[in-house]
Amino acid sequence: MNSVILRAGTSYLAGLLLVFSVYMMLRGHNEPGGGFIGGLTGATGFVLYAIGCSVGEARKALRVLPQTIAVWGLGIALAAGLFAAVFGDALFTGQWLFIGATEDDKGLPLSSVLVFDIGVYLVVFGSVLTLVFAMEEEI
Amino acid sequence: MADGVAHNARGNGWVGIVPVLFAAALFTYFVSLMPTIAGLEAIRFAAPWIPSLGIEFAFLVDGLSLTFALLISGIGTLVLLYSNTYLAGHPQYARFALFLTAFMVSMLGLVLADDLILLFVFWELTTFTSYMLIGFSHDSEKSRRNALQALFVTGAGGLAFLAGLIMLGAITGTSSISEILTMGEALKAHALYVPILILLLAGTFTKSAQVPFHFWLPNAMAAPTPVSAFLHSATMVKAGVYVMARMHPAMSGTDIWLWTLTIFGAVTAVFASFLSLRQTDLKQALAYTTLMALGTLTLFLGQESGYAMTAFAAFLIVHSLYKASLFLIVGCIDKSTGTRETDQLGGLARLMPVTTVAAALAAMSMAGFPPFLGFIGKELKYAGAIAVTSEPVLVAGAALLANSLMLAVAGVVAFRPFWRGTVPSTQSPKEAPWQMLAGPVILASLGALFGIYPDLLQTALIDPTVLSLTGQIEEAKELKLWAGVNIPLVLSIATFVLGLIIYAFHVQVRAVIERVFSALPNLDRGWDRFLDALKAFAKWQTNIVQNGRLSSYTYVTFLTIAAGIFLTFLYTGLPAITVDLSDVEWKHTSIALLIAAGALLTLFTNSRIAAIAALGVVGIGIALIFIVFSAPDVAITQLLVETLIVVLVAVVMLRLPLLPKMEFRLNHAVLSVAVGAAVSLILISVVSSPLDLRLTEYFEVTSWPEAYGRNIVNVILVDFRALDTFGEIAVVVIAALSAYALLRTTRKGDEK
Repeated sequence: MNSVILRAGTSYLAGLLLVFSVYMMLRGHNEPGGGFIGGLTGATGFVLYAIGCSVGEARKALRVLPQTIAVWGLGIALAAGLFAAVFGDALFTGQWLFIGATEDDKGLPLSSVLVFDIGVYLVVFGSVLTLVFAMEEEI
Repeated sequence: MADGVAHNARGNGWVGIVPVLFAAALFTYFVSLMPTIAGLEAIRFAAPWIPSLGIEFAFLVDGLSLTFALLISGIGTLVLLYSNTYLAGHPQYARFALFLTAFMVSMLGLVLADDLILLFVFWELTTFTSYMLIGFSHDSEKSRRNALQALFVTGAGGLAFLAGLIMLGAITGTSSISEILTMGEALKAHALYVPILILLLAGTFTKSAQVPFHFWLPNAMAAPTPVSAFLHSATMVKAGVYVMARMHPAMSGTDIWLWTLTIFGAVTAVFASFLSLRQTDLKQALAYTTLMALGTLTLFLGQESGYAMTAFAAFLIVHSLYKASLFLIVGCIDKSTGTRETDQLGGLARLMPVTTVAAALAAMSMAGFPPFLGFIGKELKYAGAIAVTSEPVLVAGAALLANSLMLAVAGVVAFRPFWRGTVPSTQSPKEAPWQMLAGPVILASLGALFGIYPDLLQTALIDPTVLSLTGQIEEAKELKLWAGVNIPLVLSIATFVLGLIIYAFHVQVRAVIERVFSALPNLDRGWDRFLDALKAFAKWQTNIVQNGRLSSYTYVTFLTIAAGIFLTFLYTGLPAITVDLSDVEWKHTSIALLIAAGALLTLFTNSRIAAIAALGVVGIGIALIFIVFSAPDVAITQLLVETLIVVLVAVVMLRLPLLPKMEFRLNHAVLSVAVGAAVSLILISVVSSPLDLRLTEYFEVTSWPEAYGRNIVNVILVDFRALDTFGEIAVVVIAALSAYALLRTTRKGDEK
C-alpha cells in the first residue's frame, strides 16, 4: 500500500507495539496479559509494518526468519517444562526462585513459568508472521 | 537380471563388516544358551513397559524360540557376509545393511517375545523391513509394486492378527504369552475361541503365504537374492508358522484347528509343488518350494501327535538349511552367468566346482536322499502323516505327492544347470569369491552332518522344541537314519521312484501343468484389478468429497454439526427451555443488536471489504461480551485475533473483484438458521442446568498460594495446564509451517 502517512506511522507504531507486547507478556501472571496475548500484539506490530512499508522491509527489520522464531519458542517452552525434571518434579511443574525475599516481601520472583510463557510468546509471534508474510508475498 | 547391481570391487568398508560381526555376536550368544535349553529349562527376562496395562518387555528362551533364534542369527551372519560381496560397492549398501540388520533384530524379537503386544510390535517391524527390502531396487516399477503388494497383504493380515491378540489378552486377562499357554482348556471352551482363532490365522496365513494368500511371496523375489534367502525362505515367512507353533499348546486339539491347518497346509503344499515345477526361473522355482515347505509345516501343526511335532521341528531346521543355501547358490549363478533361466544354463560343474558340491549337498537334502537330514525329515513326515488319526491317507498322499515334486524340482534347480548341457558361448562363468561361498557350503554341509549324526540335533534342539510344542518330553521321537523296514521307508522309496519319473519327464509335465494352471484364476492379476478398482473408487469419491469449492466444504461441515446436534436432541429429547430475561440490561441488548447487524451486513453486501469489516464487527461484539462478563484476557485475545483476521483476509480480498450480485440460496439460509437454532438450544440447556463450579473454585483458591499468580487464566495456561498449552503451541507451529509450505509450493510453479 503506497501511503506516506501509513509508512511513517507504522514504523513508530510497530516499535511501540513491540514494547507493549513485552509489557503485556510480563504482567500476564497477575494482570490481564500473557505470552499468547503478547505474541499476538507483537505480531500485529510487524503485520502493520509489512502492510505500511513492504514485506521485504519487515523481514529485514526482523533479521531472522519468523518460522525460526516459532521453532525456537517451542524449544524454549519444552526446555522450561523439562527443567522441572532436574528437581525430580513432574514435567511442566513450575520452578520458582525469589531473589531478595524477606518475611513480608517476596522479592523478585523468577520462574520457569515465565520462561515457558516467553516460549509461548515466540511461538505465537513467529507463527503469525510466518503465515502473514507468506500470504502477503503470495498475493 | 542381477538385481541391477553395479559391479564394483571397491567393497563397502566398515558398513559391510560391522553388521556381520554384530550378527555373529548374537549367534554366539544364542549358542551359549544351548546347554541350558538342552537341559529342558527355559529362560525368561522381563522388565515393565506399560505397567498400567500389564504389558511387559518380556522375552522367553525355550526350545522353540531358541531354534528359531539360532536359525535367524546364524543364517543372518552368513547372509550379511554374502551380501557384502554380492552388493559390493552398491551406493546404497549402508541402507541395505541397516534394513537387513533391523529385520534380523525384529525377527529375533518376534520369536523371543513373551508378551502379546511386544510380539505384535516385532511382527509389524518384520513386515515393514521386508517391505523396504523387497522394494530395495526402488527405481524399478515392478519392485515397488511387489513390495507394496507384500506390505498390503501381510499388513492386512497383521491388523486381523492384532485384533485376535487383543481379544486373546482380554479373555485371558493377561498379555503374557507363557501365562496364556497354561490356560489352554479355558481358552478352548470360551465362546470367543473361534473368532480369535480365525483372526490369528488370518495373520499367520498371510504372513506365511498360505493359499489363497500365497501370491505375494513369489513376487517378493524382486528383492536382492540374499534377502530372498533370508527373509522369504528361511525366516520372515516362518513368522506365521512360529506363532501357530507358539499357540499350539493352548489352541490346538479342536476340530476347527485340526481341519483348518490340515486343509490349508495340504492345499498349499501340493499346489505350490506343482507351480514350482512350472517355473523356468531358478529363483521363482525356489520361491514356490518355500510355499510348499510353509504348507507342510502348517500341516504338521494341525496335528497333535509326537511324530508330527518332531517332524515339524526337524523339517523346520532342514528346510532353512537347504533352502537358504540354494537361494545363495542361485545368487552365485546369477552373478557369474547373468541369468537364472534354466534353459540358458548348463555345464557349470566344471567351472564352478565348489558351488556345484554345495548345490548337490543342499539338493540331496531337499530331495530327501539318505544320509541327509532331509531324509530323516521326510521319514518323520511320513511317520507323522500316518499317525494322523482322522485322515492318514489324505495327509500321507499329499505329502507323497509334494515330496516327489520336490525331488523333481531339486533336480531341475541344482542338478541340471551343473551337469547337463554345455555352457552357452556368451557366458564365461567362474567361481564366486569365498564370502559368497561360505554361506551355501556351511549350510549345505550342516544338512549332511546332522543327517549322519542326528544325535547332535536331538537333545540340543529337537527335544526342547517338542517340549515347547506339547509340554511333554516323551512326545519327542528319535531322529534316525535307519528305522527298519516300515511304512515310512516304503513311502520314501515310492517318493524316489515317482520323483525321478517326474524329473525325467519334467518338460512334458511342465507343459501339462502350464495348461491346467492357466485355466485357473490368477490371483496376482486379480490383485491388480482389485487395486485398480480401489483407486478408481478413491478417485470417484475424492471428486465428490473434495470438489475444490470452499463453500461446499463449509456447507458439509456445518451440516454435520447441525445434524449431530439435532440427532442428539432426538435421542435425549429437547431440553426444558426456561428463558429468564429479567437480568438483561441495555448494554447486553445493544451488543447483541450490534452482532446481529454485523452478521446481516456480511450476508447482504456485495463489497468484499464491507463484508470483512462487518465480520470484524461480529468478532468485536463477542469481545465486548467477554468484557461485560469480566473476562479481560479472553476479550483481549479475541480482539487481537479478530484484528489480525480482518487484516489478513483484507490482504487477500482486496485483490479480488467485487462479489457477483447476490442470489438467494435457500439451502444455505436453511442451514444457517438450523445451526443457529441448534447452538442456541444447546446454550440454553447448558445454562438451565446448574453450573459445576468446583474447578473454578479450585483454581481461585490455589492460584495464588501454589502458583504465585493472580491472573487465573494465565496461571492455568502456563502452570496448571502447561502440558496442554505446550501441545497447543506445537499445533500452532505445525499449522504455520504447513501453511507456509503450501503457499510456497504454489508459488514455485509460477516463478520457476
